[in-house]
Amino acid sequence: MSAVVEQQIEDAAPRRRGGRRSTLVLGLSLTGLIVLLAIVSLIWLPYPPSDISGGRLEAPSAAHLLGTDKLGRDLFTQLMIGARIALLVGIGSVALAAVLGVLIGLIAAFARPWVDDSLSATLDVVIAFPVLLLAMLVVAVQGASLWSAILAIGLAMSAVVARLTRILARRVLQEQFITAARTSGTRWHGIVLFHVLPNIAPTLGVNLALQFGAAVLAEASLSYLGLGAPPPNASWGRLLQEAQGTVLTAPVGAIAPGVALVTLVLGVNFVADGLRDFIDPTRRRQR
Amino acid sequence: MLPYLLRRLAFLVVSLVVAMIVIFVLLRLLPGDPANALLSVDATPEQIAAAQAQVGSDQPLAQQFFTWAGQMLRFDLGDSYISTLPVAPEIASRLLITLPLTLLAFALALVISVIVGITAAVKSDRWYGSVLSGFSQLGIAVPVFWVGIILVWIFALGLGILPSGGFPRDDWEDPTEALRALILPVITIALVMSASLARYVRAATLDVLGSDYLRTARAGGSGLGEALLRHGVRNGAVPVVAILGIELSTTLLGAVVVESVFSLPGLGSMLLTGIEQHDFANIQGVLVVSTLFVLLVGFVADIGQRLIDPRLRGSVAGNR
Repeated sequence: MSAVVEQQIEDAAPRRRGGRRSTLVLGLSLTGLIVLLAIVSLIWLPYPPSDISGGRLEAPSAAHLLGTDKLGRDLFTQLMIGARIALLVGIGSVALAAVLGVLIGLIAAFARPWVDDSLSATLDVVIAFPVLLLAMLVVAVQGASLWSAILAIGLAMSAVVARLTRILARRVLQEQFITAARTSGTRWHGIVLFHVLPNIAPTLGVNLALQFGAAVLAEASLSYLGLGAPPPNASWGRLLQEAQGTVLTAPVGAIAPGVALVTLVLGVNFVADGLRDFIDPTRRRQR
Repeated sequence: MLPYLLRRLAFLVVSLVVAMIVIFVLLRLLPGDPANALLSVDATPEQIAAAQAQVGSDQPLAQQFFTWAGQMLRFDLGDSYISTLPVAPEIASRLLITLPLTLLAFALALVISVIVGITAAVKSDRWYGSVLSGFSQLGIAVPVFWVGIILVWIFALGLGILPSGGFPRDDWEDPTEALRALILPVITIALVMSASLARYVRAATLDVLGSDYLRTARAGGSGLGEALLRHGVRNGAVPVVAILGIELSTTLLGAVVVESVFSLPGLGSMLLTGIEQHDFANIQGVLVVSTLFVLLVGFVADIGQRLIDPRLRGSVAGNR
């Protein structure tokens, strides 16, 4: 499995010659579009979320930008609420994965070999499980809700973050400036705070951005399967599930939420791509 | 190689035990008694006791675990709480759909990703090289079930050339009908999976292209194609095989979602129904079988990696 880790590190390292500021800008614009939708949805919505005044499965018009669903609800309104949910799940689960993963990873990196070995072996088992299966297990236990989706995805991802943290921290700990810091009397928490964390943060940050996209996709899958946030939370996954049966008569309903999903995930991935070079210009020359 | 094989085998067994404990403990955290799934709201104390005795939840937790683990060792996955049918044969019959689906999709994805990945790397200066790279970027951002919905829309509802879902009731009695039912699901999974695989193939090919041994081979008079075939494939395959293990497991799980899109009665729908009905026996059964699959695939991938790359054989742990 070493190659997987290598690829993770590779993913978090720059690839092409020259800066990739344009990738970063493109990524930020795509992501920003969805963030904007979500923020506006907090202040203003075209229609109340459960307003069913529109006709059923109306085609897009001036009154309903994306048409209506089979209950007569405005699709654009649902889409805006979906943006809110996608971002909430992404941020929530990545934050959870980051806190838990970095903690476990640092413990493994600092601990005695046998603690490290057993932690690493357990992580390997957890990582062998695809995120979605773990998430389904947690949902089976917790019942379907927005919070169990966040909890489920966050927990599943924390193992990946933990392993990456451990490997990166180990690398840093071998550096001479750590030995220097130790001999000059820096305590271990000083070493973690002032030397290890700042050095692993860039690579970790890029990886977390990639995890964000994966989290959004995982939430969409859960909702599609009916294991995500229950109605009236209009998750994009659930919108797609509802529109699937009427794709022939009202294709927009089955296309728009998917486009929104791809926009956000692609945007975040581009941001991660662009950040690689932005954070660490010394490595721009590689390959 | 043998010491590594034994250590890796030991790791496989330990992983399986750990995973079983995790599955068992997590499911027991569920508020309420597993037996509740069998009972109506106004159940009498006698009915409750009978239900608890049926599912064994009147025993202490540790004993429940060992009873369950003991059954596992005899390939007995218990009886469904709801239908009271044995779980193992049910899983076996559903694997008849999920396994071909997974393996066919995996094979197709492998072919697509190798072609796309190598072309994208070798022809990175041409427009179609960049288009192929873009395809794989896009592919990892697309939810697999959405691809399924779009394909159904175009090929089943629009053009009407393939079934939109379902599986023949007599399973594989009529192989062509069964295969026809699997075409769209297989393409759905393969498209999405090949996108992420192609990125690894492309990265591996770029590595090979930049290597000294390839330059030497080219200087010795080999054409690019010949040099890649003779020296590049084996070198490039090492990181890709490691990914394949993970990807094959992901495919199985992708199958869970895609089965739902195409209403295929496979392992995924069994898991979903199990979750809805709180049928612990079914949930545990499906999870244990998929865990076993995931771990076995990882095992085979690790061994395969060492068969390809003799340099790895010395390192025992592999990941440190």
